[in-house]
Amino acid sequence: MEILALLGDGMLLALQPLNLSLILIGVTVGLFIGAMPGLGSVNGVAILLPITFLVPPGSAIIFLAAIYYGAMYGGAISSVTLGIPGASTAVATTFDGRPLAMQGKASLALVTAALASFIGGTVANVFFTLFAPALASVALSFGPPEIFALMLLAFATFVGLGGDDIPKTIVSICLGLVLASVGFDTISGEPRLILFEMQGFLQGIGFLVLAIGVYGIGEMLWTIEQSRGEVTTTTPRMTARGMVDDTKEAVRRGWKGTWIGSVLGFFVGVLPAAGATPGSLMSYGVAKMVSRTPEKFGKGNPDGVAAPEAANNSASTGSMLPMLTLGIPGSPTTAILLGGMVIWGLVPGPRLFVDETEFVWGLIGSFYISNLAAVIINLAFIPLFVWMLRMPFTILAPMIFVLSIAGGYAATRDMHDVWLMVIFGLGAFFLRRFDYPLAPAVLAIVLGPIAEPTLRQSLLLSSGDPSIFFTRPIAGPITVIALILIFLPAIQLLRRRRAARRRAA
Amino acid sequence: MRTGEIVTAGLLGLFSLYLMWKSAELPVGYIAGQGPGGGFWPFWLSAVMLLACGMIALNWWRGTSPPSQSDEPLLDAYGWRTLALVGGGIVVFVGLINVVSMYGAIAVFLLYYMRFLGRHSWALTLPMALIVPLAFFFFFEGAMRITMPSGMSFTDPVFDVLYDIIY
Repeated sequence: MEILALLGDGMLLALQPLNLSLILIGVTVGLFIGAMPGLGSVNGVAILLPITFLVPPGSAIIFLAAIYYGAMYGGAISSVTLGIPGASTAVATTFDGRPLAMQGKASLALVTAALASFIGGTVANVFFTLFAPALASVALSFGPPEIFALMLLAFATFVGLGGDDIPKTIVSICLGLVLASVGFDTISGEPRLILFEMQGFLQGIGFLVLAIGVYGIGEMLWTIEQSRGEVTTTTPRMTARGMVDDTKEAVRRGWKGTWIGSVLGFFVGVLPAAGATPGSLMSYGVAKMVSRTPEKFGKGNPDGVAAPEAANNSASTGSMLPMLTLGIPGSPTTAILLGGMVIWGLVPGPRLFVDETEFVWGLIGSFYISNLAAVIINLAFIPLFVWMLRMPFTILAPMIFVLSIAGGYAATRDMHDVWLMVIFGLGAFFLRRFDYPLAPAVLAIVLGPIAEPTLRQSLLLSSGDPSIFFTRPIAGPITVIALILIFLPAIQLLRRRRAARRRAA
Repeated sequence: MRTGEIVTAGLLGLFSLYLMWKSAELPVGYIAGQGPGGGFWPFWLSAVMLLACGMIALNWWRGTSPPSQSDEPLLDAYGWRTLALVGGGIVVFVGLINVVSMYGAIAVFLLYYMRFLGRHSWALTLPMALIVPLAFFFFFEGAMRITMPSGMSFTDPVFDVLYDIIY
């Protein structure tokens, strides 16, 4: 009952005029950002973070969370109408969404996506409301070794489950962590890693500089280079009558995928490093696996649209759970939200539920409202978004660059950081070309300032004995799981080699 | 791509060596009573990074990673041209900030991008290049009270007029 009362208070807070208008603006901006090919929630949140310093922290995170929500809905729009995923989280939506559009059923695909997203978001919100306080109260007993073990787990999941080239993932993680340690050593107070003796590095490298560099400049260059201006649009014909019929058909043919995506998406989203992209791909796979007509997948099956769309919304809420309760982000977007919270003077983690009750429940309440706002705005404005998608990229791209540079400067007011952002952007473009994953680096630069002190404090507690991470009842299992995940790929490789050798013999 | 793969790994390896050397300016070992030294964390992470670069090089030599098997060029002519025009444009944009102010640089960049890369008409480009920097000015300086670089002294007359409006 207590939870319901807190949730009620939170919703009232989210419905205050300032917060409600931020939700509506955030959702609309998010829908548009999500719908633009190549731009996803992470780009939107990274580029717009500097301008949220105008409002109080509680409203700022509500705004960013609304963008996150909107972008998850919006991703489907370009997946269906352009055949290009609006974001990596909507890749699986193209599998069946595009064929439906080609058959002239773009409107059915879009309605299915919107309804599935709404149910996915709602299911995840209920799970979130039930699990978050419990997890936070367990996490309250955590000391430095437990927190460091969790950080290790976050990085281990990238190595073990990320699916990218493992040495490259490790390079990305280490690079982010080392860049985070530039500036001053927090314990001894001595200057550290002042690269090339440049004074600008004395204030460290803000995560925003890396995040905007990678997502506002690097990814944009990548999209411009890859798309080469070749985009064909399918325009859905949407009428009120048609939408009612589509809703009926979406419910009839997409309910199974919706439920699979809603539940699976949440739990995949909770895992650090997994997030909405693997969540949506896995849900598509499971929906196909349990379907009685798997051969219809990939040819325009509403279930194939519903599963990934429900999952990406559900996962995006799920990924906020470890961010708020444990202080470890479940996705690149939540890593940026976490960085924002630190800038606003909030300390993510279990204490947040005790010290900032109003903030936490206001945010959770806003999830429900944003979800509702997103489905209404999405359904009402689909034709408008489709029209805007035809805006030439040669107008949108320079606007994003300008926003990135001006926003990046506004955040730190130092030209050194702006140049660094451009260098990171160009570097990210080339690293991406060689399959280096960059999300781990962004996650690492956010987690570095938490991971390093907890490691040092733990080792100080144990007089330098690393067994402290294995002998404590909570830290122990987490460390073991993290180590298994790190060495899992190596073990799999050895097994595969042995099997190949046996076959050869 | 194949050459690029090993060159990138080599550069990252060199960078991790530099980071190790730089971290070693502070103690990298365990100091009794104080815990790990200030250079401990970045030093050993850079060492792990160097090791990972070694593994990338090994995978390159055995040809097991996709870029090391690819004969594709790193970027084709179109790719290099795009990178030079867009990436170069951004570098010039940032370089101009201290000369013609943040807002002036935004106007120049929008003119360049929309007119010369996007081939949009002057009728669209000119209003955009004027309205966007003005909107940014009123947002940052007016609403958020953040002062952006105002460039060299020749921009002062324009700023005097604008500041008169917001103050």
